[in-house]
Amino acid sequence: MMTKTSRISIAALAAAGSMAAPAAQAAWTLNMTPGISAMSRAIYSLHMLMFWWCVGIAVVVFGFMIFSLVRFRKSTGAVADTKMLHNTRVEIVWTLVPVLILISMAVPAARVLVQTEDLAGAKLTIRVTGYQWKWGYEYLDSGVSVLSTLDRDSNHARELGSGIDPNTVPNYLLSVDHPLVVPAGVKVRLLITSQDVIHSWWVPALAIKKDAIPGFINEAWFDIDADKIGTYRGQCAELCGRDHGFMPIVLEVKSKQDFEQWLKSQQETAKQAAPAAG
Amino acid sequence: MANTEHAAAAHDDHDHKPHGFWGRWLTTTNHKDIGTLYLVFSCVMFFLGGSFAMAIRAELFKPGLQFLDPALFNTLTTMHALIMIFGAVMPAFVGLANWLIPMQIGAPDMALPRMNNFSFWILPFAFTLLLATLFVPGGGPAGGWTMYPPLVLQTGSALPLMIFAIHLMGASSIMGSINVIVTIMNLRAPGMTLLRMPLFVWTWLITAYLLIAVMPVLAGAVTMLLTDHFFGTSFFNAAGGGDPVMFQHIFWFFGHPEVYIMILPAFGIVSEIIPTFSRKPLFGYDAMVYATASIAFLSFIVWAHHMFTVGMPLASELFFMLSTMLIAIPTGVKVFNWSTTMWKGSLSFEPPMLWAIAFLFLFSIGGFSGLMLAIAPADFQYQDTYFVVAHFHYVLVPGAVFAIMGAVYYWLPKWTGHMYDMKLAKWHFWLSTIFVNVLFFPQHFLGLAGMPRRIPDYATQFADWNMVSSIGGFGFGLSQLLFPLLIWQCVRGGAKATDRVWEGAHGLEWELPSPAPYHSWTEAPSLAVLEHGAPSHDTHG
Amino acid sequence: MSETHTDNSKYYVPHGSPWPILGSVALFCLMLGAVSLLNDWAGGWALLPGALLLASMFFGWFHTVIGENQHGIYNRQVDRSFRMGMMWFIFSEVMFFAAFFGALFYARQFSVPWTGGEGVKLVNKLFLWKHYDAGWPTNGPAHIGGRADGTFEVIPAFGLPAVNTLILLTSGLTVTLAHHALRAGHRGALKFWLACTFLLGFTFVGLQAHEYGEAYRELGLRLSTGIYGSTFFMLTGFHGLHVTIGAIMLTIIWLRTLKGHFTPNNHFAFEAVAWYWHFVDVVWLGLFVFVYWI
Ligand code: HEA
Ligand code: HEA
Ligand code: CUA
Ligand SMILES: [Cu+2]
Repeated sequence: MMTKTSRISIAALAAAGSMAAPAAQAAWTLNMTPGISAMSRAIYSLHMLMFWWCVGIAVVVFGFMIFSLVRFRKSTGAVADTKMLHNTRVEIVWTLVPVLILISMAVPAARVLVQTEDLAGAKLTIRVTGYQWKWGYEYLDSGVSVLSTLDRDSNHARELGSGIDPNTVPNYLLSVDHPLVVPAGVKVRLLITSQDVIHSWWVPALAIKKDAIPGFINEAWFDIDADKIGTYRGQCAELCGRDHGFMPIVLEVKSKQDFEQWLKSQQETAKQAAPAAG
Repeated sequence: MANTEHAAAAHDDHDHKPHGFWGRWLTTTNHKDIGTLYLVFSCVMFFLGGSFAMAIRAELFKPGLQFLDPALFNTLTTMHALIMIFGAVMPAFVGLANWLIPMQIGAPDMALPRMNNFSFWILPFAFTLLLATLFVPGGGPAGGWTMYPPLVLQTGSALPLMIFAIHLMGASSIMGSINVIVTIMNLRAPGMTLLRMPLFVWTWLITAYLLIAVMPVLAGAVTMLLTDHFFGTSFFNAAGGGDPVMFQHIFWFFGHPEVYIMILPAFGIVSEIIPTFSRKPLFGYDAMVYATASIAFLSFIVWAHHMFTVGMPLASELFFMLSTMLIAIPTGVKVFNWSTTMWKGSLSFEPPMLWAIAFLFLFSIGGFSGLMLAIAPADFQYQDTYFVVAHFHYVLVPGAVFAIMGAVYYWLPKWTGHMYDMKLAKWHFWLSTIFVNVLFFPQHFLGLAGMPRRIPDYATQFADWNMVSSIGGFGFGLSQLLFPLLIWQCVRGGAKATDRVWEGAHGLEWELPSPAPYHSWTEAPSLAVLEHGAPSHDTHG
Repeated sequence: MSETHTDNSKYYVPHGSPWPILGSVALFCLMLGAVSLLNDWAGGWALLPGALLLASMFFGWFHTVIGENQHGIYNRQVDRSFRMGMMWFIFSEVMFFAAFFGALFYARQFSVPWTGGEGVKLVNKLFLWKHYDAGWPTNGPAHIGGRADGTFEVIPAFGLPAVNTLILLTSGLTVTLAHHALRAGHRGALKFWLACTFLLGFTFVGLQAHEYGEAYRELGLRLSTGIYGSTFFMLTGFHGLHVTIGAIMLTIIWLRTLKGHFTPNNHFAFEAVAWYWHFVDVVWLGLFVFVYWI
């Protein structure tokens, strides 16, 4: 009996293990990204904690079911024990054990949740505004603003009957004309809102998804590891109409110095453009 | 509770079915006729909603827009969900309630037979309105079945059509559930105490309470959409002091109980099937009843777990996270009781049992992903991705729909008087079970890898699993064609079914002849045959 | 109910009935009419066919049921079914109002203070609605609707609304008196108190209409006056609609008493209408307190 169940659980574990295997580069990806900040890693660990609990419970519960299905077949002559109506002790156990399991999940979850709301100490504030169908970014302390729309190549290829193979377009649907540039190693505060309908600003690598709601501002923050310089991509995550699928988010993470420089150059161009326009 | 008065009834006999096709089906007050109408309607809607899903899966077969305009894609998603929920799953359960509750509690019919007809016949008209949205200027509703403003207020002429269709569906559900409650509370045979009722009856009783409590709230929510759009109210407009998120609160106050409305009767069905084919009474009957009631109660205080990303205050996030997690406890009790019912049983695997077993495993998988979604910080990553789509299809398709399939395979011989083609039924089961996993399991991976839901086109790294999922979808869809075929054969003929049909079957409906007479119990049956827990001694099955 | 048991049928199962399908068609026509009206496809007449069909359905359906009842076809069990049905119908109505009360509470407790920058939502005031001081009543930070300058006034609780409260409470009393009279077999008193009840009901509706007129003409308080106007008119409007329906039902019951219907132990229809009337009463108390008063 014991050997049978344990064999089944090993098989189930192996299957589950393949699911949790490190993500393949692009295709056949199985799992979530651990991301580029302490917060995103905390959320990733929560996810994995939940996942392994579920696998564990599944192994026990499904194992029990499979054992019954195999062992108590009528075709092998099993006779039903019709006197088995209930058993208070067992029922108390299988009510209380889940309670304990749930507590062990809830405690770390609550701790991470509290952290996500802790905006204290942000050094830089960016206002994010959703529009049908693009994103606007304003660096509130320096007056720089950026409008970010789907890049031209993707936009051509995505037309119905464009004849362009999406596989030939680099970062199909995930690249924009003007990315959001942010510094690594700095706590950044986002003020997220919208001008028309509800959008949702989501960058998986930051584990931030926050709805952009017209008439209200939502806050979020991130603090990217200093060594995670690079480009990260996300998408609008709330149905916002026809082109909801076509308003990606691109995050360009620069070192602190590069970022300052970039901001300065933006301010320069803004200054030059402003009198010309006025 | 049960009736003991024998008032003289001055009316002629009702034994004969009314004559003429239209005369019979349009004006019928018979619970079996109305049950049949509901089930046929539901089947038609399942195929219609399923064809929309096939269009969705075809569009998503590979990256790049294949043949659907993005707006039309969104319309198909919206209509797919509305049709499946309000047209397929809910009417199927009401149809089963109509057929079975009077038979199971020893009643002649439903308590309010004329209103019963009304609840059904509203539905075809409601869905005519809903489907008409596809043909009006501005296109069909494309804001998702959740209809969030302000987006949904950008809908063209379809908006009032959709809203009134929902009003009608709500009216139908409310009348249907009033009928269920009154029938159960007032028409039970003498001796059928509440705690002796079959679990299908219990789960439906609780479902009916949920329906009466939340359908009017949905009606209120969509009415506010209507007035915001046409009469200048500001419910969902911040400039006027309202809030778009307010709609979400009202909607999900309805919406979350709604998803349990789609699973509690399924729990009831599974609780009927498993004891029969384990030849053993249900383990922990009382606990099952209390667990169902607890789930129903909890369902009213968890709604905002659909809204973890809208920016609620921390305290609300915490509250809704914790209350949601609690639901795993009563649901766990149910799963454990079903499993233990099979323990030390004498199991055989006829088609209804196969569906019920698949339900146990696959619903639990859907429940596990539900629990993951309940963890608010983790939900920041899952929300509005295919991980959610995978979650709810696991609980809805191999959950609710599989239970409905199981129910039909379980009671069909009782309804038609014929056995069906067992071999074909097993083909239907195995193909469905394999393909449903090919269809929905990869969607977990897609969601975790970052694919948002409600998009007609996607980045190329999502291509592989989407193709697998679409192939599973087509396979699952095609397999469903066996179902009407099999039912048609069974209605037309087949081996004569015995009264008990299944060896281990237990309950009043099995004491009636097969096919069941037009009026179920003309006299209240005696419950002596059903001594609590005793298995049937009947062997002709 | 089968031929072999006609002698002691326990439960009345009606024949096929044309009324429900007529009702479905009526609702369908009515909704098509409303859709046409809202989408400017047709004029107000589009509602007419559906309304007429619906009226004939109600008339026919109730005619049948009343006829059956008068013939003594129903037994106590059927009566109990009707009672339970009516109670749960009223409960569903309660939940419909709950949605609108919920909207009112949400707006007052959350959305309005948040637009005003209360609590953790300070940024809303800093960046979006700089000049808005949240309070109640309000038509929002953008002063939607109201008079030309965006202002509006509300109806003070202790004027006409208080009078209306008295009227409705009195009518609740008179309907109870009518019920006692019915049970005691005092037909004259029954007719009198019942007439008082629906007259009070219609008076309430009349005063409410007068109040609406004033609000629209003088106070700048309209359905479109921001969230206050929205919640005010939707709540009181749906309530007024229910009072109207209730008063019509009371009138019909009164006409039936004139025809000699109802006996001291068989008067379900009377009681159903009385329950409905009490429900309308209770909703009003909620309105008076939460909409007008505090
Ligand atoms: C039949 C329908 C159904 C059912 C039964 C459920 C059941 C559950 N659902 Fe699901 N859900 C939906 C239908 C359903 N859901 C739909 C349609 C949506 C999306 C709507 C939309 O946005 O369009 C959704 C979305 C949804 C979300 C929002 C996701 C998002 O948008 O971000 C969440 C979050 O908490 C959630 C949670 C749960 C939980 C905790 C359960 C629980 O009831 C599950 C309980 C079951 C188990 C846990 C398994 C069995 C238990 C055991 C074996 C015991 C031991 C277990 C433990 C101790 C862990 N669901
Ligand atoms: C009870 C409810 C229910 C049911 C049964 C289903 C069943 C199915 N669903 Fe659905 N679905 C929802 C409820 C349901 N769904 C909801 C609530 C949403 C969210 C909507 C929103 O975002 O607003 C959704 C969204 C949804 C999406 C996401 C769309 C998006 O985000 O853009 C997808 C994508 O794969 C999908 C697929 C399917 C498939 C393949 C089936 C299959 O199980 C269907 C199988 C049935 C058939 C196929 C019909 C029978 C066969 C034929 C007609 C023969 C012809 C067959 C072929 C041509 C192959 N559904
Ligand atoms: Cu913006 Cu979706
Ligand atoms: Cu939910």
